[in-house]
Amino acid sequence: MPLSTVNNPVQAGRRYLSGNDAAAEGAIAAGCRFYGGYPITPSSEIMEYMSRELEARGGAFLQMEDEIASISSVVGASWTGAKAMTATSGPGVSLMQECLGYAAFTETPVVVVDVQRAGPCTGQATKVGAGDIMAVKWGSHGDYQVVALSPWSVQEMFSLTVEAFNLSERLRVPAFLLAEEATGHLRERVDMPETVEVYNRDYVPGEPPFGTDDPAGIPSMPSFGDGEKLMVTGSTHDRFGFRKTEGPAFHDALVRRLSNKVLSRKNEICRHEGYHLDDAELVVVAYGFTARSALSAVRAARQAGIKAGLLRLITIWPFDNELISRVAGGIKGFLVPEMNLGQVDGLVRAYAGSTPVRSLTQVNGSTISPASILAALKEMC
Amino acid sequence: MARSMEKYLRPEVVTTPFCPGCGHGVLMGSLLRAIDQLGLDMDQTVFVSGIGCAAWIPSPNFAADTLHTLHGRAVAFASGVKKANPDLKVIVVSGDGDLASIGGNHLIHAARRNLDLTVICANNMIYGMTGGQMAPTTPQGHLTATSVKGNPYRPFDLSKLVKGAGAPYVARGAVVRPYELIGYLKKAIASEEFAFVEVMSPCPTQYGRRNKYDSPGAMYDRLGEMCANFSDADCPLPEGALPLGEF
Repeated sequence: MPLSTVNNPVQAGRRYLSGNDAAAEGAIAAGCRFYGGYPITPSSEIMEYMSRELEARGGAFLQMEDEIASISSVVGASWTGAKAMTATSGPGVSLMQECLGYAAFTETPVVVVDVQRAGPCTGQATKVGAGDIMAVKWGSHGDYQVVALSPWSVQEMFSLTVEAFNLSERLRVPAFLLAEEATGHLRERVDMPETVEVYNRDYVPGEPPFGTDDPAGIPSMPSFGDGEKLMVTGSTHDRFGFRKTEGPAFHDALVRRLSNKVLSRKNEICRHEGYHLDDAELVVVAYGFTARSALSAVRAARQAGIKAGLLRLITIWPFDNELISRVAGGIKGFLVPEMNLGQVDGLVRAYAGSTPVRSLTQVNGSTISPASILAALKEMC
Repeated sequence: MARSMEKYLRPEVVTTPFCPGCGHGVLMGSLLRAIDQLGLDMDQTVFVSGIGCAAWIPSPNFAADTLHTLHGRAVAFASGVKKANPDLKVIVVSGDGDLASIGGNHLIHAARRNLDLTVICANNMIYGMTGGQMAPTTPQGHLTATSVKGNPYRPFDLSKLVKGAGAPYVARGAVVRPYELIGYLKKAIASEEFAFVEVMSPCPTQYGRRNKYDSPGAMYDRLGEMCANFSDADCPLPEGALPLGEF
């Protein structure tokens, strides 16, 4: 995708940062100019960082009265042309869902950093979890798509936040950084780059802002004040934004385009990493913090003579089903360790064909240890 | 709508969305006159609305940037617009159910925060679009689809509520007194602080029929009798009067 290279506005070089601070710096590097938020553990450090830094860098910060207001303010800000974001955790994600559907339907770029904690409900506010995988995809009513990226390091808390902005601005969809408490509060070394590649939204004056002839097209996005007399509405609308709630075929085509503009670009969006996959017989499919333990377990398994490999999912949504099907051919089994009761496991099973899939779940508020994953691999032999 | 105001409307819009006798058309005309008299640049003005009949006043009618949002959230969306681009004039137009019930928390916090927003609340004392259910502004004892024996609860006094939350400019007008209303709207829009205008606007379809008004005209007559401009009054308001004016 056409990216422009810009100087990284935050301090470059080797640094020691927390994951949440790195996500905030990633937002600033991506060109974020608006933050609207509400405090919630374990994401609040991102908001605190933005409250200190954003206005000094020409942006605006608002502490709202709740998460519903936060995401609403972010959508409003995005229509002024500002790259806009919020950060939250499970209960906040639940509250934001109606407006995330609004953002998807009105094709408004917004970035949400979800630093996941142990749910459901208030759960364990300070403990780690990964239970929002399905919530961020399916939480709002109706059919729509989002992008969700899963960082496994403080480095990626930075780089994937930049990427979330780029994908959100390019695709005009809500994009999530689907982080976890353990990564948000982890402090480790970051090699902060001198430059970053950023995507600035496309605007062609006079072009219709809500549709093209392409059934998977991404329309031009003007801003308030451009003189386009924009009509932004959460009702079914034509390509100029006029409310159009009659005509079943019209609504059907709109909902399908909003989905297809993401799904038809999966090859460009989806990223993963493979470790020891070439001759692997058992493949661990892991994401986020759990992938760290999984890599450690795979290396230990190799030393024990087990041909194990790691498939690390970086993009969770859209889900790369073809990748799973491709890897499934020729292996003896998948192992899917997760800090939830098997949310990605179900997806892997759906696309694994006849390859056996084993789920390793843990929802006790702590990270899954390499030893647990290694033990499961040994049982699969 | 006077032809002189048509320049502010989208040419594609040829019909009114409002029921016969609805007060919102008068509010719409009053708002456009206020805008016209102020010489507001419509290309630098954003109209934000929520869900319900009153949210249709700007969207899709006004030839300006319009943001037709979720139920109750218009003020929160508008706060993001204004904070991200302070050069834009941001005007919220929505109803009492939208702004004061589901959106009540956003309304009082916006008043407290005192961003330069103009919030215009069309108060018809009922949920019109969804079929005439009880609103937080329905007078006690009045009949609605969800209070067929009479509303057992006390209504909000919206203007006092928003004033109490810290809004620097609050006024209550009524569509039966359009010239005063235009004056309040002009002051609110010209203000560079948070400004709230509550506009009493009859709903003959949902409210009038249930509460035994023979005609829209009878509702307007009654509203006219209830309206008393307290800022001009030298004596205490009569029983049951609806005080209009600047708070």
